[in-house]
Amino acid sequence: MGILEVTNVNKRFGGLQALSNVNLDIPAGTVHAIIGPNGAGKSTLLNCLVGKLIPDTGTVMFDGQSVLGRKPYEINQMGISRVFQTPEIFGDLSVMENMLIPCFAKRDGVFRMHSIESIANEHEIVERAEHMLEEVNMADKKDMIASSMSRGDKRRLEMAMCLVQEPKLLLLDEPTAGMARADTNNTIGLLKEIHEKRDITMVIIEHDMHVVFSLAKRITVLAQGSPLVEDLPENIKGHPKVKEAYLGEAA
Amino acid sequence: MLGLNTRDASLFVIVVILALTAPFLLNPFPAESSLAQFNAGYPDLMQRFAIYGIFAIGFNILFGLTGYLSFGHAAFLGVGSYAAVWMFKLLNYNILPAVILSVIVGGLFALLIGYISLRRSGIYFSILTLAFAQMSFALAYSVLTPITNGETGLQVYTDDPQYLQSADAPSIPHLFGVTMRSTQDIDFGAWSFSFNAGYYVCAVMMIVMFYLSIRIFRSPFGMMLRAIKTNQTRMNYTGLNPRPYTLAAFVISGMYAGLAGGLLAAMDPLAGAERMQWTASGEVVLMTILGGAGTLLGPVLGAGFIKYFENIFSKINENVLHQWFAFLPDGLEDFLVTILYPFVGKGWHLTLGLLFMLVVIFLPGGLMEGGQRIGRIFRKREKKPEVRAKDPEHHPKPSPHVA
Repeated sequence: MGILEVTNVNKRFGGLQALSNVNLDIPAGTVHAIIGPNGAGKSTLLNCLVGKLIPDTGTVMFDGQSVLGRKPYEINQMGISRVFQTPEIFGDLSVMENMLIPCFAKRDGVFRMHSIESIANEHEIVERAEHMLEEVNMADKKDMIASSMSRGDKRRLEMAMCLVQEPKLLLLDEPTAGMARADTNNTIGLLKEIHEKRDITMVIIEHDMHVVFSLAKRITVLAQGSPLVEDLPENIKGHPKVKEAYLGEAA
Repeated sequence: MLGLNTRDASLFVIVVILALTAPFLLNPFPAESSLAQFNAGYPDLMQRFAIYGIFAIGFNILFGLTGYLSFGHAAFLGVGSYAAVWMFKLLNYNILPAVILSVIVGGLFALLIGYISLRRSGIYFSILTLAFAQMSFALAYSVLTPITNGETGLQVYTDDPQYLQSADAPSIPHLFGVTMRSTQDIDFGAWSFSFNAGYYVCAVMMIVMFYLSIRIFRSPFGMMLRAIKTNQTRMNYTGLNPRPYTLAAFVISGMYAGLAGGLLAAMDPLAGAERMQWTASGEVVLMTILGGAGTLLGPVLGAGFIKYFENIFSKINENVLHQWFAFLPDGLEDFLVTILYPFVGKGWHLTLGLLFMLVVIFLPGGLMEGGQRIGRIFRKREKKPEVRAKDPEHHPKPSPHVA
């Protein structure tokens, strides 16, 4: 039994069957990639996992509990963190504050009225945030306004914000989209490091095959809303069905 | 100091000093001089500075931190006033229970309106709050006359029960015997300063509220509110529910507005529905933006600025202008008076409007940003000579040794 189990998920948008009978079983501690051509339903599937969309039928179980009908912040509190295609960070806040917020969320839950206390007195939280910033080599940028950083740094910060919450499952939606090769390699390195150090289960949605094949332990290929193949990376590479899905009948 | 860092503490000390010495600072001109009309140090106006300062500080906790622009905050001000006058009618003229009830009622009313309005954000939120405030205003004027006394306004009558009023207690608002109206005038050479009990009650309240707002700004809660303004998506996916945070901020600012309303009634035991009108809601928005939304001191400055304009600028009439320019030849005098007249007296709104436009266009951060820019210019000037002093004769750099 895996940490994330998706069974018979269907999702329709008007006349479009975005997902049809998607089944996934992702064991804890693995890196699972979901690939597929544009419009295959990758993002829809991800949105169903985090509570942004509710599938028409089927179940999504995380760690033995259903996530369906739960709000994104409840799902996060269950232990699922998400990295977005374009980094979603608190742009007007300093890097340090960006790190503090997930630390508070992890400790205090969805809401806590701590309106008189000073942040500086929360030594444990501050220490934890600082430690995480050091770990991702951003300690020197601590007082910078987050939106003034480069895109690569924003991505790094976003990942650090997810990791400091020690999630059981990290969902990554095209983590290297729009990045230069050097930045992409940095991100791959970072993700590898994270996985080795913390043993977090990761689900990656990605276009870039270089990223997929350097990270994933297992790959699901999605085409037109349904899973085509699920296999080890080395078997996916030359799979005729995959070629067909990406390049059309002619190939 | 007081759990504040050095910068906040010095800001707080400055505000305390300014608030306590305001009767001196606002009366810089001798009482008999022709500039005496620019003196703002009379009790009624000083009370307004402090009360609207509280109102704007509270509004800034909502608008400045979360970015939710409420266009109905005057409703809480009005409700606070009504609550205070009812306490005068039912208990006695002591302002303490009156003000406490104003805060509670303001908070409860904010909870109700906020709970509904905060289901939407952006312009829809603004419209919802505006609708609720206008609804309250219309109701206070008509249907709710038994509670609000309609157009006449709520006031204390001699046949009101006043269950706790003792025979020797003053029959105007007071704080344990000290009436709000009691004023000590001190003449100092040609200058005259008035120290009013009501002002000092309001000023102390404002200082306490200002302190509270610094604590909120610097707390984890304040940080969450700023996070909501920046990115609600990330907020949600970080495991935080933005709704209770915004609602708490809304209620806190409603309580500030209730307090301001209660104090208005304490200074003058009368509450009218026009206090809830949308122009009053707009005024606090202007104050906050003019002073600098999201800054600690800005709203207080903005409130002082607008109230000063409203009360001082509006008093400059045609005669005063003629007096000023009397030294000029007749034709020129009339010409200048004709040009300036629309901007002063009843036309003070025009000047304020132009000023507001200039601030929004050139200083989006409000008067506080203006102050910071001026401060930066001075700091640069100070720094330059220091650099020169280090090397007055322009010695060449010592060349590195090459082995």
